[in-house]
Amino acid sequence: MLAALVSLPVWGDASTMRILVEFIALLGLAQMWNLLAGYAGLVSIGQQAYVGLGGYALIVLADDLGANPFLAVPLAGLVTAALSLPTAALVFRFRGGYFAVGTWAIAEVYRLLIANTPALGRGSGRTLKAVFPLARESREVTTYLLALAIGVTTLIAVYLVLRSRHGLGLMAIRDSEPGSETLGIDVFRTKLAVYVGVAFGTGVTGALIYLNLLRISPDAAFSINWTAYPIFIAVIGGLGTLEGPLVGTALFFLVREGLSDHGAWYMILLGALAVGVMLVYPRGLWGLVASRWDLHVFPIQRRVRR
Amino acid sequence: MTVAWVDTIVQGLLLGGLYALFATGLSLIFGVMRIVNLAHGDLSILAAFLAVVAVESLGLHPFVALVLVVPLMAALGYGLQTLVLNRLLGQGILPPILVTFGLSIIIQNALLEVFSADSRRLNPGGIETASVALGGQLAVGWLPLITLAVAVAILVGLQALIGRLAVGRAFRATSDDQEAAELMGIDNRRLYGLAMALSLGIVAVAGVFLGIRTTFTFASGPDRLLFAFEAVIIGGLGSLWGTLVGGAVLGVAQTVGAKLSPGWGVLTGHLVFLAVLLLRPQGLFAKARRVA
Amino acid sequence: MSLLQVLRLSAFYGSFQALFDVSLEAAEGETIAVIGANGAGKTTCLRAIAGVLPVPAETVRFAGDLVGGRPAHDLVARGVVMVPEGRRIFPSLTVEENLRVGAYRDRPGPWTLARVYDLFPVLAERRHQPGPNLSGGEQQMLAIGRGLMANPRLLLVDEISLGLAPVVVRGLYRVLRTIAAEGTTTLVVDQDVSQIMELAQRVYCFRKGVVSLEGRPADLTRARLAAAYFGM
Repeated sequence: MLAALVSLPVWGDASTMRILVEFIALLGLAQMWNLLAGYAGLVSIGQQAYVGLGGYALIVLADDLGANPFLAVPLAGLVTAALSLPTAALVFRFRGGYFAVGTWAIAEVYRLLIANTPALGRGSGRTLKAVFPLARESREVTTYLLALAIGVTTLIAVYLVLRSRHGLGLMAIRDSEPGSETLGIDVFRTKLAVYVGVAFGTGVTGALIYLNLLRISPDAAFSINWTAYPIFIAVIGGLGTLEGPLVGTALFFLVREGLSDHGAWYMILLGALAVGVMLVYPRGLWGLVASRWDLHVFPIQRRVRR
Repeated sequence: MTVAWVDTIVQGLLLGGLYALFATGLSLIFGVMRIVNLAHGDLSILAAFLAVVAVESLGLHPFVALVLVVPLMAALGYGLQTLVLNRLLGQGILPPILVTFGLSIIIQNALLEVFSADSRRLNPGGIETASVALGGQLAVGWLPLITLAVAVAILVGLQALIGRLAVGRAFRATSDDQEAAELMGIDNRRLYGLAMALSLGIVAVAGVFLGIRTTFTFASGPDRLLFAFEAVIIGGLGSLWGTLVGGAVLGVAQTVGAKLSPGWGVLTGHLVFLAVLLLRPQGLFAKARRVA
Repeated sequence: MSLLQVLRLSAFYGSFQALFDVSLEAAEGETIAVIGANGAGKTTCLRAIAGVLPVPAETVRFAGDLVGGRPAHDLVARGVVMVPEGRRIFPSLTVEENLRVGAYRDRPGPWTLARVYDLFPVLAERRHQPGPNLSGGEQQMLAIGRGLMANPRLLLVDEISLGLAPVVVRGLYRVLRTIAAEGTTTLVVDQDVSQIMELAQRVYCFRKGVVSLEGRPADLTRARLAAAYFGM
């Protein structure tokens, strides 16, 4: 399957590539949010801050500082990760529901700060000019391959983290914070590490999104949808599983294709599905499948042999 | 020049009354149930739209429409809590956050579908422009004054309920120790329904007053939640009167900021909030033993 | 006849079994002692009776009804009132407010605020002070008074002497005698065996989740008690 994806530029068309880039981007956002909430227990509704910051970092790095626009994508992630540190210093003073609102307040601050900065294009935003010299086709293909690379790397990275010692620590924290502290796990540092790591991943994804879209504005880049979609995807697909976001993103695209003319209805449907899942079967679609047929595409459990 | 500044501050203080109304409902249910209702702002906008329907179809004055909208929203709150949110009790912090977030998105999009993206406003028949002179070139609008008076009245009423009535004791007991409260014969589930009904009733008042004061759309909800949240944090968790002060501080920050530069009103409020968070995270009047 | 019957109750915390087929009963007006070491299952049993622990309906019968698994507030309405382990006074409430909360269900009966203050004069002195200001013994008095305000038919007192000085405990047992004299059926859990044996008509000893001994205090020798308590 990977071979098919890699060779897509040869036999597929531009619109398919664009959709796949979008898919990978949404999947990435969902995986990041899933890691944060499903594993570290940090429910953020402010991840759009890092999407926007990643996008704007891309523009600044590529247009203003002359970096290669494709290399600027991971670099934008680093910038975003750096900014996540002072953000965490503020937001970690909260817990639970107040943490969630706090993350969103911070996202709003970033949005308003950028919307009031002339150099960043104020409310009307900016266009990524650094790619103009490139022929359209080669830009699209490179963007696609970059997206594929990011997508695969993210999947592998998340899988490895969860399988590692840190991953076990994460799941311990998720299951019981006081309990894991007595085991010597530094809860604060682990949570901070996840938060910054997720900010990096989200920032890279944000940069990728705007590399694909080419035009950025504060209202679009910091839209709550960049949090709402990943949340719905992760919840419906299955919180706290690796496969959940994959399933959820696929469902998301299906629903969107089906209801493409009725923008508000598909949000209502997704929202209702997410609410329904939390009420009726919190483990989500993949949870349902996995428990029925004991399936694991990405095995991260450890079994105790009797 | 100074009169203009005094006027700005007074406007901010009065705006604080409206913010306190929004904040009170939020902090009440957090105090009793430890839930942050992310649909809080959207529910107030729902109330405002319901008032629009009442005004347009029944020809009512917006203040009169309150008589219909408030009980309706209170009933909605009771139903929401007992039928939906109570089912998530004991499952941790994640489910209520996610469910109320989902509700927020659903409400916004439903309002968009039903009422379109047009901005609306409730017309109170002239009172919004009437003002009372305070002497020395300073004049204050009747509407903001009434809003503040209503906010204070509701706060006084709530304080009396919590402090003197059996149900208020039950709220405080449940907030202290849920299990021990059950041992007193308190049915927590019904109590939570009551708390949510109260919260939505108050937020309905806030929504209608907002709709009279300014235009609103289906998307106006989230900002209400944000300002309510900031007012609660600035004032300090666990203190009702702190919420009034928090609202006032936020209101003044926003009006002063807007006066300095039009795009900076809301942002100044956010920055003041962040400053309080940094320098005095427990808020100005913190009484609660627990942090959020 | 029997006001309370616990019938072959097995209780679990998750996958951990705390009670194995436990049965006990209390007739109307009796004072029952429940003793045993830490972790023996005494509190678990009381919690099951009080409605805090979900158990099958048929395992608890009160006043003729099968009430196992019903929520605690329902049990209070029926007259089953528990004074919980550790007192659990409401810190946000004053002494008087704590007492008033006990009367939330408004059950009719002889116990009023005035009578509780008669029973515990020190509470009357401190009526408007916040609950946490009280000493351990005073908080226990408050917890018992709060339970009385619900006019119980069955009063469950969990770990009455925990953390309290002997002289305070003696005072509390005097109070329990007064309550028992009113006709209230009482179930008292205590790790301190000496006082409770003088008060109770019958005693159950728990050990590792089972009833290891039951009978009248007069009929039980120290040796038998020690064996049942410690398993020697």
